[in-house]
Amino acid sequence: MQFGLSESQQILKTNARKFFAAECPLSEVRRIMETDTAQDKKLWRGMAEQGFLGVVFPEEAGGMGLGYVELVALAEEMGRALVPGAFLSNLFAGAVLHAAGATKHLAAISSGEKTATVALLEADANWNPDAVKMPTLTGEKLFVPDAESADFIIVAARDAAKLALYLVESHAVKKALMPAMDLTRRLYKVTFDHPAAELLVEGDAARKALDHALNVVTVALCAEMTGGMQRMLDIAVEYAKTRKQFGKPIGQYQAVQHQCADMLLFTESSRSAAYYAAYTMTEGNADAPTAISVAKAYTSDACRETGNRAVQVQGGMGFTWENDTHLFYRRAKASEIAFGDAAYHREKIARAVID
Amino acid sequence: MDLNLTPQELRFRDEVRAWFAANVPKDWVKRRDEEESMQGRFDYLRSWQRKLYDAGWAGISWPKDFGGRGAPVMEQVIFIEEMARAEAPPMANVIALGLIGPTIIAFGTPEQKRRYLAKMLSAEEIWCQGFSEPNAGSDLAALSTTGVLDGDHFVVNGQKCWTSYAWAADWCELIVRTDPTVPKHKGLTALLVDMHSPGVEVRGLKQMSGESEFGEIFFRDVRVPVENVVGKVNEGWGVAMGTLMHERGTFGAALQVNYRRNFNRLVEIAKHIDRNGKPASEDPVIRQKLAQCYAEIEVMRLNQLRAFSRINETGVPGPEGSIQKIFWSELNQRFQQVAMEILGPYGQLAHGSPDAFDEGQWAYGYLRSRGNTIEAGTSEIQRNIIGHFVLGLPKSY
Repeated sequence: MQFGLSESQQILKTNARKFFAAECPLSEVRRIMETDTAQDKKLWRGMAEQGFLGVVFPEEAGGMGLGYVELVALAEEMGRALVPGAFLSNLFAGAVLHAAGATKHLAAISSGEKTATVALLEADANWNPDAVKMPTLTGEKLFVPDAESADFIIVAARDAAKLALYLVESHAVKKALMPAMDLTRRLYKVTFDHPAAELLVEGDAARKALDHALNVVTVALCAEMTGGMQRMLDIAVEYAKTRKQFGKPIGQYQAVQHQCADMLLFTESSRSAAYYAAYTMTEGNADAPTAISVAKAYTSDACRETGNRAVQVQGGMGFTWENDTHLFYRRAKASEIAFGDAAYHREKIARAVID
Repeated sequence: MDLNLTPQELRFRDEVRAWFAANVPKDWVKRRDEEESMQGRFDYLRSWQRKLYDAGWAGISWPKDFGGRGAPVMEQVIFIEEMARAEAPPMANVIALGLIGPTIIAFGTPEQKRRYLAKMLSAEEIWCQGFSEPNAGSDLAALSTTGVLDGDHFVVNGQKCWTSYAWAADWCELIVRTDPTVPKHKGLTALLVDMHSPGVEVRGLKQMSGESEFGEIFFRDVRVPVENVVGKVNEGWGVAMGTLMHERGTFGAALQVNYRRNFNRLVEIAKHIDRNGKPASEDPVIRQKLAQCYAEIEVMRLNQLRAFSRINETGVPGPEGSIQKIFWSELNQRFQQVAMEILGPYGQLAHGSPDAFDEGQWAYGYLRSRGNTIEAGTSEIQRNIIGHFVLGLPKSY
């Protein structure tokens, strides 16, 4: 029994850290976030060459065929680097395609040749697939990530009483930006008016594919949040060591030091939860959905709270645009909400362990 | 990353599980919640520990030469979990097993190991830990109990307090000041003191939860042979820190199983207690709070699993143990409060009240949990340790 990364997992993580440190420093994040789609072609190509885009997808679909622990190790590093753009939405779409057996499309996703996203939420903003009401294929989807830069949009619709997932070309639908807090990822309102569509999967199989893909993207998000927390902690601690008031580094005062200690507790605990959830998924354990909900419920609160303290520790500097903390802080709120907030996942836990 | 048990670990677990199934005393679960004199309870646990020792289950990861099993730390963890899962009684000599034994293994002489370790495991000799004093709590290094060399003995004078199991102890790991002329951390020495020596007096200290788990110890001209020094004279601070690392790192191992059991019991209660005309377990606010407790208990378990994996690799618990300590203590306080909310007016009912749930255990647990963030180093001290030793911030004191 060993709760830690294997040598090969550690190598993957270290390589990812080096890659993003070189290709996506925060100066580059700031440049990319000012572009229309916050999705950078050159960075994406580099990620594709590293195999990052297909890390959990099978080799026959152009992926690396690795497990979810490798995925979260990568996602943690991406969160640490605040990598902007479509990685998560594309992963979400890829996981749907994988579960639906759409190997040809998945190969295009894994190689980076095409990108895709998933349109799930409607006006009631409910993450439960049962809440999908949009008829085939007319109506609005909201909060669709990276819809403008994506080549394809996978859309969840209700065909009579049946849930169905369709693949639509992005240029065939109308997209309106929903300006939002996280500057490193774009959300869109997408209007469908009977575009040409390919049915991927329907009925129970559609529900299964969506549940699976939600699990994959949620566990990756939890790890990404952990990486972001670690970076906010590092930034705040560095500041607390150098900033002096009353003749001493502020990090010497317990009121400041204890905030930093709590940030470490939140970060390490989130890391434990995310890696465990990924591990249970790799093993195919029956309790994997609960482990994922535990991770998302805990991490959603912990990530927000870590951000709150990172800003507070840095005082006025932490509140400036120039300081990088707010970029992570904005991401933290978007991540807290994405794929169900803490309350949503607590109710899922309650159904599993109380009812 | 691999959380599956190895074939060896699996064999071990099956063996432990089978032994507990056959040997856990049938009367324990009922007896656990009943009122009993402290001494009566202790004698019961002491003979239970003896039974474990005779069957080879005490000191799983301690060296074979000194009565242990010589197994890897992971098997120790498996054992603790199985013990809790089987609802077996705890062992009596907890301070020796969790703290002082590992300290002697790390710092003691071969002679000390031969003399003390096996009798810790068999519960033949009970131990306590003489660290805190009336004027040295969080600032432990400021302690003022003195040890003055007189021939081949140290003569000890002073007072210790908050000492768990002082009333039952045969031996004490005592930290004394042996050189008052040097900076406070540099003049301390760790001694093994026979609690039956002339000049040792123990007084009980009644806690807010009603019992007297811990006490005060007074030392008046107590003579301690020099061969009872652990480590070197005036290097007792390092020894004490070694002990406290164990206290913070591994002491909480059985807790997650107990917490899970308490959680499951609270869920049962929530299903049968009314809230606004329906079972509390159907109330959305209660559901949120219960689920949060579940999540936190699970995160605590996972943090511990990670910490044990690290101990398995490096051999010693690190300052990250302070994270565990904060986590389990603050979590229990939050959990006990949720229990109070679910129980409503019934929560306050104490032992002896026929209307109380679970013999009044919830009222007791609620009060007892206030001690969690104080014992074994306050939450504030733990955060200082994390700030300085883990994050590298300047020392605040």
